[in-house]
Amino acid sequence: MAERSDGLSRRDVLKLAGGAVLGAALSGVSLADDGTFALPPLPYAQDALEPHIDARTMGIHHGKHHAGYTNKLNAAIEGTDLIGMSIEDILGDLNAVPEDIRTAVRNNGGGYANHSLFWQIMSPAGGGEPSGALAEAINSAFGNFADFKSSFSAAAGSVFGSGWAWLEVDNGALSLSTTPNQDSPLMRGKTPILGIDVWEHAYYLHYQNRRADYINAFFNIIHWGKVGELYAAAG
Amino acid sequence: MAFELPSLPYAEDALEPHIDARTMGIHHGKHHAAYTSNLNAAIEGTSLDGMSIEAILGDLDSVPEGIRTAVRNNGGGYANHNLFWQIMGPNGGGEPSGALADAINSAFGSFADFQSAFSAAAATRFGSGWAWLVTDGGAVSVTSTPNQDTPLMDGGTPILGLDVWEHAYYLNYQNRRPDYIAAFFNVINWDKVAELYAAAG
Repeated sequence: MAERSDGLSRRDVLKLAGGAVLGAALSGVSLADDGTFALPPLPYAQDALEPHIDARTMGIHHGKHHAGYTNKLNAAIEGTDLIGMSIEDILGDLNAVPEDIRTAVRNNGGGYANHSLFWQIMSPAGGGEPSGALAEAINSAFGNFADFKSSFSAAAGSVFGSGWAWLEVDNGALSLSTTPNQDSPLMRGKTPILGIDVWEHAYYLHYQNRRADYINAFFNIIHWGKVGELYAAAG
Repeated sequence: MAFELPSLPYAEDALEPHIDARTMGIHHGKHHAAYTSNLNAAIEGTSLDGMSIEAILGDLDSVPEGIRTAVRNNGGGYANHNLFWQIMGPNGGGEPSGALADAINSAFGSFADFQSAFSAAAATRFGSGWAWLVTDGGAVSVTSTPNQDTPLMDGGTPILGLDVWEHAYYLNYQNRRPDYIAAFFNVINWDKVAELYAAAG
């Protein structure tokens, strides 16, 4: 890893940056004492989101897929200067990641961060509509909540192959995007505050080819309180 | 003239236990059927109507830009699955013989080395896609493509393909893609692959 012109490594800078710690806490990721990434526990029971997301899917999604991304991310960064950095900073500057591990960090670091956010923005007490500043920002960007819902659903439905649909913030403004595979809006300097996983592993056991039904059900479990917090923190 | 969904050349449960009947039914009756109807919807009323799928995919630059992505994705999905059903069979497995065996040995050293290279290509395709055995001028090689892209788009002829979209294996194997890849070798119809190799020759 290249030294900065001021003589500080990115890791030193990070340790000085209190904001990154807050951001990491909000998005659900956690660093273990040795600087490796830890699989965050689900913030609810595996069956808590039934019938919208079944317990078996949650168990495999978290315990196998997310755990796999976490382990492979840690294996890729072992012994490198990336140890100790936040996942947001790593993904926000992939060009600074050594080339021989860049694809592994992009795919597994993306998978680590995306799923860490995904569990947080769902809840058994979710659904409904946002309120406060987030509701105003959604209305301002999309006209009203129904129009937002239909645009977000169309984005999620249109991802061909594996990927994600996002609600993201850039300088306070909201916009929608999609990414292939485990790419994250963080890689484009945007802050994701809501994301839906449309890899088939996220819904196939329960919905098979009916992705549209899964997208529709997702709206019953969105934790708008958490999304509002992430919006406020990104602002 | 619209493209038609081909029938499965065997019963939905014929590849059990390697590929379960429920997966086969949904894969063919829903996924492949949707690629077929979406492809037909995209090309309806265009000059592509009546062309072979190989000719269309072999020259995507000639497809009108407004429908190019739809043709690439759904035409790819149509062609890939057509091939996929053909190169599997309930009496499959084993190893190839004849000219195809010679070509594989020449390219990879041995059948075991080919199996490792093909399995690695299938396992390392991140996200959705396919692993392929491709022939171009008699030589064979292994490659992989994202989503529903096909070697036809690069001028190669696929003679063996493995679908590694999660829909191809998730009901039976969940996250265990390597188990699905290993099981696939029990259902490969090598006679069909050899026919395709000879025809491409």
